[in-house]
Amino acid sequence: MAKFQKKKGGGSPAINTASLPDIVFMLLFFFMVATTMREVTLKVKNNTPAASEIEKLTKKSLVSFIYVGSPIESLQEAFGTAPRIQLNDAYKSVDDIQVFVQTEIDKLPEYEKGKIIMSIKADQDVKMGIITDVKQELRKANALKLNYSTKKKGADDKGEL
Amino acid sequence: MARKSRALPEINAGSMADIAFLLLIFFLVTTTMDSDSGIAIKLPPWEDNIDIPPPPIKARNVLEVLVNSNNQLLVEGEVTRVNQLRDKTKKFITNEGVDLNMSVSPDKAVISLKNDRATSYITYISVQNELKAAYREVRNEYSLRKFGRKYDELIDEAQIDEVKDKYPQKISEAEPENTGGE
Repeated sequence: MAKFQKKKGGGSPAINTASLPDIVFMLLFFFMVATTMREVTLKVKNNTPAASEIEKLTKKSLVSFIYVGSPIESLQEAFGTAPRIQLNDAYKSVDDIQVFVQTEIDKLPEYEKGKIIMSIKADQDVKMGIITDVKQELRKANALKLNYSTKKKGADDKGEL
Repeated sequence: MARKSRALPEINAGSMADIAFLLLIFFLVTTTMDSDSGIAIKLPPWEDNIDIPPPPIKARNVLEVLVNSNNQLLVEGEVTRVNQLRDKTKKFITNEGVDLNMSVSPDKAVISLKNDRATSYITYISVQNELKAAYREVRNEYSLRKFGRKYDELIDEAQIDEVKDKYPQKISEAEPENTGGE
């Protein structure tokens, strides 16, 4: 009768994982440098349109965001589908924009107060009416540098409309 | 007294990877990759007294771009598609007084953009984009002819200013109409 022999030291030898922390740390540092903190939880749909003539917002501290769009699906039952304005973490009305701009300006150091950039992150399906209202409020609040947040597309893509 | 040199016990680094992974996943979840970019415009300052008539501009120096509530485009009274807008704008800016219905010179040319409150945002952005692209292209062409370099690649401050002065970007936005009844 054949004897079953226990295999001794079978399988491949264990992989040396001593450098694993180094690799992971490298990845960690990459992500820490390359990404930015998510500041707000979006409560509106935010599929921005695409454009080619875009400028990068280099100085993050000067930029404040205004989100415009219809509420996300989980909130549509409570808030409906009409487009809304989101400032920081809450739905706000057009009248709150001037106060919002003022608080954002107050956060900046003295020598940068005039340099505030407002970025409108609007969903591509909203109508211009609400955007125009936002723009008028920004003019009243004297925050005249505006940026329509968009995705990037090729310069020769002229759109099919 | 001879002290027995005692080697420090090695710290077990086996869980280092776990800690690093934990941090990595935390950053992956809480941060976003997208760098913010977009079309930059400058708003005109708020005017309380709107009774002051605007300075007169000759009709030939104005390129009228109207967008209606059905996202259709009317350029100088002509139905236009968005993909034709760039060429029309370029022609208008670089006319240099040749065509009697188009601008006298690039620095006099003004583009007047008017949209409806029911115009969709995506159309508005593509129109803005085409207008900006038209200006970028004429600036690039001029700069290539004059300095042998594209406008975006110019380094000399004086050269940049010269191209800018030659083709100043004047896009004026009129208050939108409300015909579509949002």
